[in-house]
Amino acid sequence: MDARLAAAWALLPDYLGQHVLVSACALVLGLAISLPLAVAAARSAAVRWPALLLASLIQTIPSLALLALFYPLLLALSTLSRGAFGHGFAALGFLPSLLALTLYSMLPILRNGVAGLTGVDPAVVEAARGVGMTDRQRLFQVELPLAAPVIMAGVRTAAVWTIGAATLATSVGQTSLGNYIFSGLQTENWVLVLFGCGASAALAMAADQLLGLIERGLATRSQWRIVAGAGGLVAGTLLALSPLALAGQSAGAAHYVIGAKNFSEQYILADVMADRLKAAGATVDTRQDLGSNIAYDALKAGEIDAYVDYSGTLWANVLKRTDNPGREAVLSQLTTALKQRDGVVVLGSLGFENAYALAMRRAEAEQLHIVTLDDLTLHAPQLTLGADLEFLSRPEWKSVKDAYGLAFKRQVQFQPTFMYNALTSGQADVISAFSSDGRISADDLVTLADPRHALPPYDAVILISPKRANDARLIGALKPLVGRIDVAAMRQANFSVDRDQDKATPADAARALEARLH
Amino acid sequence: MHPLPHRGRGCYASAVAGPIIALDNVSKRYGALAAVDGVSLAIEPGTFTALLGGSGSGKTTALKTINGLVTPDGGAVRVDGRAVADEPGWALRRRIGYVFQEIGLFPHMTVAENIATPARLAGWSKADIAARVDELLKLVALPADVGRRLPAALSGGQRQRVGVARALAARPAIMLMDEPFGALDPVTRDQLGRDYRALHDQLGLTTLMVTHDVWEALLLADRIVVMDRGKVLADATPAALLAGHDDPRVQVLMETPRRQAERVRQLAEGDR
Repeated sequence: MDARLAAAWALLPDYLGQHVLVSACALVLGLAISLPLAVAAARSAAVRWPALLLASLIQTIPSLALLALFYPLLLALSTLSRGAFGHGFAALGFLPSLLALTLYSMLPILRNGVAGLTGVDPAVVEAARGVGMTDRQRLFQVELPLAAPVIMAGVRTAAVWTIGAATLATSVGQTSLGNYIFSGLQTENWVLVLFGCGASAALAMAADQLLGLIERGLATRSQWRIVAGAGGLVAGTLLALSPLALAGQSAGAAHYVIGAKNFSEQYILADVMADRLKAAGATVDTRQDLGSNIAYDALKAGEIDAYVDYSGTLWANVLKRTDNPGREAVLSQLTTALKQRDGVVVLGSLGFENAYALAMRRAEAEQLHIVTLDDLTLHAPQLTLGADLEFLSRPEWKSVKDAYGLAFKRQVQFQPTFMYNALTSGQADVISAFSSDGRISADDLVTLADPRHALPPYDAVILISPKRANDARLIGALKPLVGRIDVAAMRQANFSVDRDQDKATPADAARALEARLH
Repeated sequence: MHPLPHRGRGCYASAVAGPIIALDNVSKRYGALAAVDGVSLAIEPGTFTALLGGSGSGKTTALKTINGLVTPDGGAVRVDGRAVADEPGWALRRRIGYVFQEIGLFPHMTVAENIATPARLAGWSKADIAARVDELLKLVALPADVGRRLPAALSGGQRQRVGVARALAARPAIMLMDEPFGALDPVTRDQLGRDYRALHDQLGLTTLMVTHDVWEALLLADRIVVMDRGKVLADATPAALLAGHDDPRVQVLMETPRRQAERVRQLAEGDR
């Protein structure tokens, strides 16, 4: 078997189990809310229109945004609860995913529920009243049985949507089959992306078919179909969840959660840290594909214990500083300020910078005689800027733009992976590259000098959450990494994951990087 | 239908002397329209009364105030001497059989389950229910194996026989019927009408039947109440109405069957 496929298979029990857990909980909760709501809506027009309107409105919110919105909301609630009752709850991972997916599952159940219940023949309803059924008896003995096939059709739609949207839960720290897709997309590992899509599609189809069996059973009053469908669903869910239950039993040892943002270097460094903790006898979970600000907030709240961030990013985004006192000063002021403000420990710099740097194809830069950002200003009105999804809304871009008076012909945003492709294929002339990215040398790019020091330094630093500030095992495992990784080593590790041929997985690259340290 | 031994009045026989159903100055408005406008009516136990009128005459609305499917705006309705407003509608309706044109058989239940429903709601034992279903299928002249079928597998006439059987299941004393045979072909309709009248007599029921068909009212009922625009125009025996009435609208209504009967008699005597 292909090594990448084998690696993907090995992750399946965990990813599938988590995916089934969050989807099944969301569906059951969605059903528990939507069905009574559908009954109320079918009985009363005053409930029907607001309920359907609200459910439709939720559906128009892109699922990724819905998931992302629940994180700050829950974080605020958790902080309030910590203030009021002395303990908060995890705002990252399962809870926001569950709530967003539950909301997402409601519309089809609600809409079909209302359609099914209001679609019952009025003569049958009158007969039910005529023989002396109470409202409750009429609902359970007549209306629900008759509406059941239509309601089940809605449940099927909701199941397919929920299982599909659950892949996006990865972005708020809930492990799911989306982990394959997100990390595959970042590392240009298309086998992984296809594997994730295939697994989630197969899961959705299996659930759909079993629910369809129940639906046909209800419509044709065939007992064995209903029993077979329900039995299949329960058995499948239990089977998928069994690896999680088994894993849960070994949770006696110290347990750490390592965070990672959404690019190759982050995956590799998270794996390096996780491997070191495992070697020290701890169990480790990783939460990958976190957005920049989500990662820092999650660390501050103690939902992840450690992750790697960059001094300039924290300087500009967390401390809101726009000045640039120099590499050493930024690092020392940052260390003091984060400790004071949030109790977050900056363990130290790993020894390399991953700076935002504007990069161009070498040939074009030489032809236009562009070496610095000052040179770029002259030509910018004829050039297209390709940026990653964050860059244009970050304060660093504003300070560069203001310092040099940059105005491009066009600005286009890409996933980091596609940004490099856009540059080499000519769809962009300048990109917001990362200085530790292996593709800079591999693609024969040049990074432009920043003589006005508009961009802050970006030393890669290990951050430790306030609650682990004095955790000897964690600090003992990670401290030896400080000052040990130079930019060449990091570039090589990154490139081994990002290149098109002979790709390594982030875990492989982490092991190779670790080996270089010795 | 089969001549079963007379079972007497239903188990909810009237406890008090006097009318078993009484409407006292009952009104019901739908917006600006007065569907029922000050109707008073007293129905004696064991009688078969037809509520006769065109569409919009208020006959169906008046009928439904008796089993609580319509709540009157004004006036009082009493069943068995007890005000309808004093008990929950479902409890009242368990004592009253109700048959209507659309029948409303429960499509997800077998014929036997349909018929059993009122007895089941009343808490009868399984054995009693099964015996009652067999008895009712015989009573409405349906073969016993029909009980296992779904309503969709029956003809229109068979379906309404099931509708009548279901209404009778919990032995009600009162039967309210709203155009019960209106959707059937003339031959089936005549057969069902006569069969039902026989049942009415056999079981000692009190029947109130809404119809727009003068012939049906004349041939089945002991008493005809003619309604128009929410008011009672006439209230008399079929013979008395045919003999003549002060109200010209009632005269016109009775003119048609009189003329048709005369014509049929002439035809039968070979007089062209």
